[in-house]
Order: sequence, then structure tokens, then C-alpha cells
Amino acid sequence: MTIFNVHVTIENKSGISDPEGETILNDLVLKGTHSTITGIKTAKMLKFTIKEKDKKSAKHKIQEICDELRIYNPMVSKVTIDVFDS
Amino acid sequence: MKVGIIVFPGSNCDRDMYHVLTDVFKLKAEYFWHEKGLPKNIDAIILPGGFSYGDRLRSGAIAAHSPIINDVRKMAEKGIPILGVCNGFQILVEAGLLPGALLKNTSLNFMCKWTNLIVENNKTPFTNKLKLHQKIPIPIANGEGRYYVDDDTLKKLKRTNQIVFRYSEVVNGSTDRIAGVCNEDGNVVGMMPHPERATESEINPIDNKPSSLIFESLIKTIGVKN
Repeated sequence: MTIFNVHVTIENKSGISDPEGETILNDLVLKGTHSTITGIKTAKMLKFTIKEKDKKSAKHKIQEICDELRIYNPMVSKVTIDVFDS
Repeated sequence: MKVGIIVFPGSNCDRDMYHVLTDVFKLKAEYFWHEKGLPKNIDAIILPGGFSYGDRLRSGAIAAHSPIINDVRKMAEKGIPILGVCNGFQILVEAGLLPGALLKNTSLNFMCKWTNLIVENNKTPFTNKLKLHQKIPIPIANGEGRYYVDDDTLKKLKRTNQIVFRYSEVVNGSTDRIAGVCNEDGNVVGMMPHPERATESEINPIDNKPSSLIFESLIKTIGVKN
């Protein structure tokens, strides 16, 4: 068994407004000189540490936890799961 | 006739609700801690407002997994009237007992103000003494009160008459100005505004009668006062 770090990123599905991201974009970044920035989305990240046999199993287990415990509300959010060596 | 008020770590409107049920409407009410079960002789359940678990992860997401929610779910299936107010609404949504999601208000502010609701469904146990499209002056107090459903779910809610209350004007960016919804059977109702803060003339500067009718509807539904 190996220890992996798993990052779970929870963000709004596309098309759902993200007023925090819009405020950071319009009232901070674009008010500076960073005119090449075209979008900012905020998200919440949970960092799990998990003991599993390989990366695939680690990802599967974390996905299972996210679904079973409704770590995200599927009506409005999506999750991205990234597994890293610890 | 007894109303159960469920108390979670971080509930803070439970006593207001108890006061209104017992002192104003002369109902029997009892608190139930979220780790315990519910007895069978409960005639209605209210999930009060507050900040269960400090809104960690997101409002209502952790409380939705409390042991007592299993009993709430069983009672919902039996048709027992269940009302979730503010955080109680968020918990019912996160438990999957009501559709949708509650997001941060568009303004990103915690909004604490008086607003007006419009009754869109007067067939539920909590609205059957109200007139259709009746206006209810009522306070809101939330940071994550922007109700969201996708287009398909919105169509379904309209088709099945599950939209119970709308705001009379755009308040927080909620889909279709929705302020409260019910399940398909109509016995589980959730609403963001606080009727328990609006039923007494001493604390309602506008009109306390419409909010009172929410509780009088419950009395009509579950039977005579004790």
C-alpha cells in the first residue's frame, strides 16, 4: 500500500454564475494591467491523503466518497480528482 | 398533536421556532437532538435555521448526514408535514429530500432584510390557509440563499406545482425568483425566509397575519390545538 495525495476540486458547472470569480476578474485583475486574462472561476479544493495500492484505486475510492457523501451537489457542481505521489 | 424541532450543532433559530409554536400558536413542541431518533407520535417536523456545522463544506451538507435524517426521511415518505426554514431548507436539499441547490447570494453578501413572498402553491400543509398569489412580508437572513435548479428541473417543478413561494422581486439571484419549494407529494416544504420571525406584531412592522397563516395551515393540517 502506498500513500497518495488526492486533490478534489469542486466548482460550479459551466453556465452557473460565479459572482466571486467575476468580482476578482473585473474589480481586481482587469483593473490592473493584466488585460490578457479572459476569465476566473473560483473553486473549493479538498486535499485528501489516502493509503491505496495504486493511483487508479485511490482515484476510484475518492470518487466513491464524493458521490456517497455528496461532497459536491451534482445539481450545481462538478468535481475533478487529481492523484499525486506523496 | 406534537411538532418536533430538530436541533443540530449550530442551529440558532430553534428557540424562536419553539416560542412561536408553543406561545403564539399553543402547539406542543419538543426539541430533538440530531444524534437521536424521532418517536412515532410526532405529527410534524421542523428543521430550523442556523449555521449547522458552521456551514462547513457548504450550508447543510454535513447536517444532511445526521442520524436523525434517516427518521426524517421515513416520516417524509409517510406524508408527515416537514418544514425546513433557511438552514433547515438547505439541509433538506442536501439530504435529497428537496430538489436543487442553494448557492452564495449573487451579491456575495449575507442578506438580512425584509422582503415579500408570493404564494405559488397553497395546497401544502404549510400554505393551505393562504390565498394563491397572496403576499407575505417576511425577513430573510442568509448568505447562501440563491436557489438554483437547472432548466429541466425548473420545468419539472412548474409541471408538478413544486414551487411554493417566489420573491416578489429579484432578491438574491435565485432561479425564477424561487424562495421555497416542496417535494412531489407536497408534504416536505423548504423556504429561505423566516416565518417564525414574522408572526407577532411586536416584531413585524408590516403585517404579521400572512406569516401566521403558515403556522395556522399546519394546525389545520395536523388537527386541533392541545
